[in-house]
Amino acid sequence: MKTPESASSTVSDEQVNLEDIEIRLLLEAIYQLYGYDFRSYSKASLRRRVLHRLGMSGLPSIMAMTDRVLRDQQFFVTLLNDLTVNVTEMFRDPEFYRAFRDEVIPVLKTFPFIKIWHAGCATGEEIYSMAIMLEEEGLYDRAMLYATDIDKNVLAAAKKGIYSYAAVKQYSENYRRAGGKSSLADYYTAKYDGVIMDQRLKRNIVFADHDLATDQVFGEMNVIVCRNVLIYFDRELQQRVFRLFRDSLDMGGYLCLGTKESLRFSACEEHFEPVVADMRIFRKRQLMKRDAR
Amino acid sequence: MGASWGGLDAYSRILGKLPANLPVPVLLVQHQHPSGGDKLPWILDTRTALRVVAPMDKTPLEPGCVYVAPPGYHMLVDVDHTVCYSLAAPVNYSRPSIDELFFSAGHVYGRNVLGIILTGANDDGAAGITYIKQRGGITMAQSPVTAEARVMPEAAIATGCVDEIHDLDDMGDMISALVFGLQA
Repeated sequence: MKTPESASSTVSDEQVNLEDIEIRLLLEAIYQLYGYDFRSYSKASLRRRVLHRLGMSGLPSIMAMTDRVLRDQQFFVTLLNDLTVNVTEMFRDPEFYRAFRDEVIPVLKTFPFIKIWHAGCATGEEIYSMAIMLEEEGLYDRAMLYATDIDKNVLAAAKKGIYSYAAVKQYSENYRRAGGKSSLADYYTAKYDGVIMDQRLKRNIVFADHDLATDQVFGEMNVIVCRNVLIYFDRELQQRVFRLFRDSLDMGGYLCLGTKESLRFSACEEHFEPVVADMRIFRKRQLMKRDAR
Repeated sequence: MGASWGGLDAYSRILGKLPANLPVPVLLVQHQHPSGGDKLPWILDTRTALRVVAPMDKTPLEPGCVYVAPPGYHMLVDVDHTVCYSLAAPVNYSRPSIDELFFSAGHVYGRNVLGIILTGANDDGAAGITYIKQRGGITMAQSPVTAEARVMPEAAIATGCVDEIHDLDDMGDMISALVFGLQA
């Protein structure tokens, strides 16, 4: 095989292996000092985000970054924000919200009281979307919404509910496509260079920090929404979280995943049945004895 | 493989020449608008003997299959040879980004990667193809004169890390020859 002169630098398997060890040490340091457990996150995407931060930081190596993380809390907060990928939108995937409104809401209307858990709520856009939908369907006052995230900083942002104008423009379009019944502008107030969500939308929302990697069951939910969170976990951690969700859901409770997330590669698939398969809305089902494996 | 402007035609012509028994998985990034539909896998599936799939997160990679990155997500290869998605910020204004796929494939497969840059109007993939080369993999670019948009293959070639440059209509056969050659 010919090798062009300019490609003289090589990255050997040994170098890659050392990098992998350095990343594991970084994650161990984060876990021991700050208690955030990234050790079972997807190796490929975690690696990309660590190397991205390394490049931005100007530090010479991952070891140097670990040293910085141990001594500089502000630097850690920045890295934490990279590692948790808090990308979200209001009414993200409008077709999902439309399906939820058409297929799940009518069933929820038959319940006297509803508990909904948004696991990995990031900066809160999806929990406000759910709150708006429940208001419009006359269900909000019977509902309790739990918004949890591993990162206390983004939870604080979620609680504030302040978003930029640029973002809200996109959200309004999503809201319309999701089958919204009025105008998104009815649910926020313009403030400075952004908008603040109607504080009344928060009256039944509880914000709490919860780490899917280490914390326990969040009991007797009717709906769990966890969209585009599990993609960052490895298969074992996904398995743990699916079990956690199964055990946190009432029988017949709904599990809503991101459009690219699947139960197929977990041992929990048999515990759920699809309600709207392509929108990743599932229902916990009663396992018959003959089904049990 | 990575492409942007003109990618559908280029992918159709290359995949059309690859045999169903290709002994490796093919991963493909096409820049698309995030709100664009998910139709690309279905279109490509009609044009090749390979099985084209729109993978879910954690789908295991299998030989003879083509995995198409969905609009709005970065698609990576994970260490357990499965598909891994990320919503991290766009790279080179692109999500999916060719660089992200190439970095992860280079990391996991080392010398056993063939990285290919096709037609496109930005320089996404140039950093990734450099990394594949540094990891001992093989690199290929479409000859810019046969590309609908030449910026992307030119940027890749300018890195000095591209082993082979071929006209679009020769690429399918060259890929087969390389892949089957490495197997032997």
